[in-house]
Amino acid sequence: MEEKINFEDTMKQLEEVVQNLENGELNLDESIKEFEKGMKLSKNASKYLEDAEKKITILVKDKDGGLEEKEF
Amino acid sequence: MKPEPITVTSLNKYIKNKVAEDEYLKSVFVKGEISNFKHHYTGHMYFTLKDENSLIKCIMFKSSTATLNFSPKDGMKILVLGSVAVFERDGIYQIYVKAMQEDGIGDLYKKYEELKNKLEKEGYFDLNHKKKIEFMPRTIGVLTSQTGAVIRDIINVSTRRNPNVHIRLFPIPVQGKGAELEIADSIRLMNEKQLADVLILARGGGSIEDLWPFNEEVTARAIYNSKIPIISAVGHETDFTIADFVADLRAPTPSAAAELAVPDINEVNTKIETYKSRYKNALKKKIEYMNLRYQKCMASKAFTDPTSKIKELYIQLDNQIKILENTIVNKIKDLKTNALEVMSRLDTLSPLKTLTRGYAIAEKDKKTIKSIKDIKKDDIIDLKFIDGKIETKVI
Repeated sequence: MEEKINFEDTMKQLEEVVQNLENGELNLDESIKEFEKGMKLSKNASKYLEDAEKKITILVKDKDGGLEEKEF
Repeated sequence: MKPEPITVTSLNKYIKNKVAEDEYLKSVFVKGEISNFKHHYTGHMYFTLKDENSLIKCIMFKSSTATLNFSPKDGMKILVLGSVAVFERDGIYQIYVKAMQEDGIGDLYKKYEELKNKLEKEGYFDLNHKKKIEFMPRTIGVLTSQTGAVIRDIINVSTRRNPNVHIRLFPIPVQGKGAELEIADSIRLMNEKQLADVLILARGGGSIEDLWPFNEEVTARAIYNSKIPIISAVGHETDFTIADFVADLRAPTPSAAAELAVPDINEVNTKIETYKSRYKNALKKKIEYMNLRYQKCMASKAFTDPTSKIKELYIQLDNQIKILENTIVNKIKDLKTNALEVMSRLDTLSPLKTLTRGYAIAEKDKKTIKSIKDIKKDDIIDLKFIDGKIETKVI
């Protein structure tokens, strides 16, 4: 089961990482930690985008009132 | 006298002039129902206006149709403004329509305003009730007609911006009686089964009657109650339906709705790449800076010549020792000098010194004889000379 991420949050956190690092106020240890966090976040974001697949579907009501999904 | 016949042309010309002279017929305002509507390829519209008992032919030239805000259809009740004139060639009279409007619109506008005021009071349009549209929704639910340009536009724009988007169409009737119920039901179902991250409720342009299902209260309530954010794109940019007011976001067109729902993946990827290179550079700079500090540190004397301090201390220690040594040597020298002086003084006082001048010391029983009374006849006494002693006898 893939970790479900909130893309917007991920991007926001990524921006924070960049700002924290560019600020230059962190010590080396903290900088490396932030860097690793950035790597993880950007990987997650890219993965989120890559994992989506193109699908165009149409929902059709069946006779029982349920919904069936078909290719559009 | 035999009457002289006139031509059909002359007669029609006569009638045409008669009609043209009539002031009243120059501007008529007529209501009726459209039938036999034809939109000619030249752009002119031909139709018949009728009521229960009668009909009249109508023509609307292309130059006048540009101002129409609806698409006339057979069966539609309309009001027309125009002039009546005779078309000589066919011997018919017809209305040359300058303007046309849907009949009963006044009632619809009234209903629209009433519902809008009511819902506004109930807080249906409140900004703080509007839900945020997720930045990168995985599944876009589209509620619109299965056929037509709207769904095509949405698919085209969405897949152009993000080729990996999932579009889930829930087909709904977008006009006609009862359409509002199906619209509301589709919104409810999408929510119940959580079939989308964002919904686009869309419809192409049309008359106010066509758009009416989007002005119904049941539609408004369904939009308001939806947990999934809804982007509305109903009618043309200039049409504002109740659905548009209630929706979380209003798009001027279906294409624009797709643009609002689906971010351009290239832009997003570029953003991610930019962030990546920025944090990489930032860390690189940090490391370079730390390295510089390290180098500076290492260049300091403590590291380049770590024993220098010790050496320095050694030298100091050596100096101290030297000073100490000198002091002792001098002290010894002084003592020696003193000793010699004392010894030489002692020397002058020594009786031995006297012996060198030819004196001798007389001793009896190892004691120096200082008086004649210390000795008597026949005592054995020692006489000490500088270079030895002899025993003598007192006679």
